Formats: sequence, C-alpha cells, structure tokens
Amino acid sequence: MQEHSMSFVRTEMTPATAAPRSQAGIGAWLRKNLFSTPLNSALTLVALLILAWAVPRMLNWLFFDAIWVGADRTACLTTEQGGELPAGWSGACWPFVTSRFGQFMFGRYPLDERWRVMLTGAIFVALLVPLMIPRIPWKRLNAALFFGAFPFIAYFLLVGGVFGLRYVETSLWGGLLVTLVISYVGIVVSLPLGILLALGRRSHMPIVKLLSVVFIETVRGVPLVTVLFMASFMLPLFVPPGMTFDKLLRALIGVALFASAYMAEVVRGGLQAIPRGQYEGADSLGLGYWQKMGLIIMPQALKLVIPGIVNTFIGMFKDTTLVLIISMFDLLGVVKQNISGDPTWATPQTAKTGYIFAAAIFWIFCFGMSRYSIWMERRLDTGHRR
Amino acid sequence: MSQHVIRDEPARVPLIYNPRVRGIVFQVLLVALLALGVWWIVDNTVENLRRSNISTGFAFLRGRAGFDISDRLIEYTSDSSFGRALLVGIANTLVVAAAGIVTATILGFLIGVGRLSNNWLIRKLATVYVEVFRNIPPLLVILFWYQGVLAVLPSVRDSLSLPFGSYLNNRGFYFPRFVWGEGTGLILAGFLAGVALSWYVARRARARQMATGERFPVLWTSVALIVGLPLLAFFVSGMPVSVDYPQKGTFNLTGGTNIKPEFLSLYLALSFYTASFIAEIVRAGIMGVPRGQTEAFSALGIRSRDGMRLVVIPQALRIIIPPLTSQYLNLTKNSSLAVAIGYPDLYAIGGTILNQTGQAIEVVVIFMVVYLSISILTSLFMNWFNAKMALKER
Repeated sequence: MQEHSMSFVRTEMTPATAAPRSQAGIGAWLRKNLFSTPLNSALTLVALLILAWAVPRMLNWLFFDAIWVGADRTACLTTEQGGELPAGWSGACWPFVTSRFGQFMFGRYPLDERWRVMLTGAIFVALLVPLMIPRIPWKRLNAALFFGAFPFIAYFLLVGGVFGLRYVETSLWGGLLVTLVISYVGIVVSLPLGILLALGRRSHMPIVKLLSVVFIETVRGVPLVTVLFMASFMLPLFVPPGMTFDKLLRALIGVALFASAYMAEVVRGGLQAIPRGQYEGADSLGLGYWQKMGLIIMPQALKLVIPGIVNTFIGMFKDTTLVLIISMFDLLGVVKQNISGDPTWATPQTAKTGYIFAAAIFWIFCFGMSRYSIWMERRLDTGHRR
Repeated sequence: MSQHVIRDEPARVPLIYNPRVRGIVFQVLLVALLALGVWWIVDNTVENLRRSNISTGFAFLRGRAGFDISDRLIEYTSDSSFGRALLVGIANTLVVAAAGIVTATILGFLIGVGRLSNNWLIRKLATVYVEVFRNIPPLLVILFWYQGVLAVLPSVRDSLSLPFGSYLNNRGFYFPRFVWGEGTGLILAGFLAGVALSWYVARRARARQMATGERFPVLWTSVALIVGLPLLAFFVSGMPVSVDYPQKGTFNLTGGTNIKPEFLSLYLALSFYTASFIAEIVRAGIMGVPRGQTEAFSALGIRSRDGMRLVVIPQALRIIIPPLTSQYLNLTKNSSLAVAIGYPDLYAIGGTILNQTGQAIEVVVIFMVVYLSISILTSLFMNWFNAKMALKER
C-alpha cells in the first residue's frame, strides 16, 4: 500500500483563465443581445433596415441638405417653386429660425427693452440653480427669494411702469417668455393651492370635503381648453361692468386653477401613503392640526410624491401651449403665427423646420425636468430601505 | 393626606379650543363666504348680460346654424339647428377619441413590451420613442402633422399612389370602399353567428377543462368560425361585394372614401403621444409582477408563452388598468385640441356657436356636461373591467 504522506497546499493562485470565446467579447454580446433567438434576429434585422432607411434621411434633412443662411423664402425654394435649389430638394430651412429667433424668445417685446427680460431670466437661473443643487447651503433663504421675492422683481422688471422703466403691456409679450411666465406662475400657485385642496378632500368637515371634491373632479373632468375658454370668456362676465382683466392674467388664472386640481390628487396620494400611526403620533404629542400637517405629515407625504409633482409640472409646461387657442402667443403660438401668417418665409419646408425647433426647446425643458426628478427621487430614497 | 378626586367627566375645554365647535364655525363661515361670492358673481353676470342684451337659456339651440361642417357622420346642412351642429361635434369627438384609444393602446402595448425585450436594439428604440414623444406638447405634434407634413403633400393632380389603389394628397387619404350589394345581410348574419358560436365554444371548453382537465383549441376554432362563416356566406350569396376605387380626375378624386387631413393629423398625434404614456404604464405593470411568479410557473413546467398569458399578464393587468383609464380620459380631453387645426369636434363647433350667438354660459355648460359625462362613462366602464380583473380573494 502506498502512503500519501505528502500533503499539498497551494501557496500561489494560478492566473484566471480568460472566459471562453463564446462568452466574451463583441461576438458574445451580439449573440446575447441581438441574435439570441430566431425571432430576435428577425426583429434586429427589421430594426436595422428601418434605421438604415430613416437615420440618413433625417440627418440629411436636418443638417447636410439643410439651408443655413438666407435672407428670405427664395433661399429655401427649388427651381420649380421659384427659387434656385435643384428640383426635388428637401431640407430644413434654418434661416427662418435664426431670423425670427428674437420673436420666438420675446414675442413683440420692444427691442430696446429686451435686456429686462434677459435680466429677469438671469435672476431666475441664478436663484434656481443653487436651489436645485443639494450641496449648496442657505436653502431656506434661497427658496424664500425664489418663491417670495422673485415674483415681485420679475413683475416690476417685465411689466415696468415704475423706477423709470417703460411700461410694456402684456399683449406685446410672447414666445418663450410667455411660456415660462405661465409655467412659473402655475407652479408657484398650484403647489400650495393643491396642498390645501388635498387637505380639504381628506378633511373631516363635510362641507369642506364636499367643496374640494366637487372642485377637483369638475376641473379634472374637463379639458384645459374648456377651463381656459371659461377664464377668457366668462371671467369678464363675473366681475362688475367696467372692471377688466388682462388677457395674460386670465390665462394664468385658468392654468393655475387647472394645475392645482391635478396637484391636489398627487398630494392626496402622498397623504394616503402615510401610515395612520404618524397621525396618531402627532396627535398624542398634542400638536394642533396645522402643526401636525406642517411638521409631521406633509414633509413625509411630499417627499413620497416628488415624481408625481414633477410630472404635473411637466404636464403643465406642455399644456401652456394651449393658450394659443385663446389667441395668445406663447412659444408655439409665435412659431405658428410666423409660419401661417407671414409670407416672407412661406416655403414647403418652413412649417416643419419651425415646429422641429419648437419641439426641441420643449423637449429639452421637459426631459431636463424628468431627469432631475429621477435623480432627486434616488437621492431621497434613503429612509425607505429596510 | 390630601385626596385627589378623580372625575370621570372630561376636562372642561373652553369652547374656542373644542375641535368640533371650531369645525362647525369654520364651515359656517366658509359657506357664508362662498354664498357671498356666488351671489356677487351671479349679480354681476346678470347685470353684464342685461347690458349686452344676451338672453339666457337654451332656446338658441333651435336656431338655424348657418355654417357648414366639412367632416360629419350624421346628416347635417347649414339649415340645421345649432343643437344638431353640437351633435355632429359630439359624434366627431367620440370618433376621434375612440380611434385614438384603440391605436394608442395597441402601439403602447407593443412599445411597452419592446422596452422590456431582451433585444438590445429594440429596447433602445422603444426607449427613444417614449422619451421623445412624452416630452413634446401634443398640440405641437398635431400642428406638425397638419402644417408640416400633410399640408405640403402634393396636390390632387400629383397624388401619391399607395398600394391597394389608395392615394395620399394634401386633401387627405383616399382609399377604396366596399360596396355592399344584395345579400350583405347574410354575410353579417354569418359574422354574428360566428361570434355567438365562438362564445359558446369558449364556454363549453372552459367547463370541460374545469371538469376533465382536457383542453380544446379555442382560439383557432373561434378564428375559423368568425372568419369562415362570413366567407362562406359571401360565396353562397354570390359574391355581392364590389370595391369602389378612388378615380383620379383633374381637380378631384372621385369615389372611394377619404379621410381628411384634419382628422388624420389629430388622430396620429393623439395616438403617438398617448402611446408613449401607455408604454410606460405597461412596462411598469409587467415589471410590477414579482419575479417569483415567473420562477413559479417555470417550476410547474409551464412553457414561457403560456406562463406569460396565464400568470404574468393577468396580474400585470391589475396594475395597468387604473392608470390606463386616466390615459384614455386624457386622450378624450386632448381631442379638444382639434380646434387648433379646424377639425369640427365638440369644442370647435361650440366655439363657432358662441361667436355667432354670444351664449357663453350655455355653451360652457354644454362643454362641461358632455366632457364630464364622457369621463364618467369611461371611468364606470374601466371600473367594471377593473373589478372583473381584480384579484378574487376567497
């Protein structure tokens, strides 16, 4: 019999072997992600064919075949349409956008007063950016400035009539300026109003509850167009003869009321998610109703529904475009007006170019907001892991 | 030793700190304020109406409309009444909403499933679709289709020819129409019989499966019945159906059916926009079904396709249906954007009537009543469907 007296203990590790060829590298990735089954291979091929057809056309239209400089419509017309471009040409007509850029941003705001709008915009950005970055301190002061002081500064700067500033009536406002003013006011008004309505809907007082429910459900049941329509045609009927409302103010009231009904439902979702024990805990500490809500319930509820709130903001930002139906000129309204009401740039490509430009701006704002809310949600999602 | 007397009755609280009293006082104040506000508004409105000589009431609905409506489903001429015009508008709103809901649901489900596909390319494409369409205002999309795409199509003379004898030009989409001749009733009867028989077969098959565990190919039988019976009736009655192709003339296309660009742009924009939201709802719904469910049906030896159909989808639907309802309502409400491009929906026609008669209050009341009823009916239907799909706990 042989004895194994020698024991073997490995002292150094052998180097790791590379993964088999079939499991690593581009080939494996392709096989796993694009060609795993016959169906997947077919889908991949179809998708590739569509991309190969669409992407070059899109890039050509947007950039390579596009016209970048020109004085008027003839720059973007083919020979058969009265211009100089070869027949069958199709591409974006960017000089339309560059020559009307000022209008798209400010509407008919007087040229030599536009610095006021830009200054307001600069203050807005200067207050908003630090508010959005969590590391920067003085949040309370910042928020107070942004929601409390900024509206007044903006009002005096934009409307004027004081401190030697020329009065600029709101019918001259337009473009991105109006879009942002309506969204900002909508956000600032709808959040507190929505919270109040949500509290009212969950209140134990029957009349308060009834009124909140009726308001919320009525507003949510009808399209924003109807609400704007009411605000623009019926509001003047409701006030004493002789008293008039600014058109922009009417739109603001409509949008703010509409948004607060949606906000109320979002906040109510958050309130419902707070366990009963929190309410009872606050009660047993002897807190009054507003203390209980303000110190215990709301901070937790609002944190839960941040994505919903931001979604409402995004929806409202998109909905500001509807003011064009009551003939006001937000960004989309100005673009549309320039497309259909102005022969200087009337070409078959103008409408497409203008709307793609407007879509890009709206997209950047909405996409930015949604990304920020996702990021914020992750950041705040600390207390809920067990 | 002093004795503490413990009383049973609660401590006396001054009236002002009693929550119930406070509640009542607050509500009385609220009602009083509200009544005051309403009275003020009504008073002003009556005064304003008297000054501008507008009579109130719905009698104006019987007046002659005097305007034409291009897109209509029900009989209407400019001699018809305002009320009739509103009915045309309601019908148009319902049609565009229904068409949009069907398309958006199909597209949304496909894209939602695509976002969960294990095919990288499909997943990315679906994500790009969702992120692009979700973040662009629907009104912009409507205008883009209307002014950017459909308005610059060739004129009638140079219409684009599409398969199946259909044409596309700046006046809309023209496609062949079926002309139902003598004996069409038989085909319809065949179709109805097919549906009824499939329902019966499905019931019997279910009962048999419950009793014996044997399964019956219900799907294929139903397809055969629903397609086969009308087809049989078609041949038996001597092929009474002919096709009316659109004919290209110098100034117009005659024959066939056409869809106007207004409808087309509204329908396409609403469907594409809402589909991006439905896709996200579907994705969330499927992801909301715990992984254990998939593992469990695999452990039971159920094939992946059957498992999806029998285990995952029914549970996902429970998560999907409530938000889906609100998307349907949103789409219906967004159809009021039709006014921007002149598609005669309820809102557009109501606006025209308001301009002609000045009956602002009545028109707004009609808007509210119609839209609220549509909302309530849709919610009721979806609640019923939701209850049917809900977890049946015993």
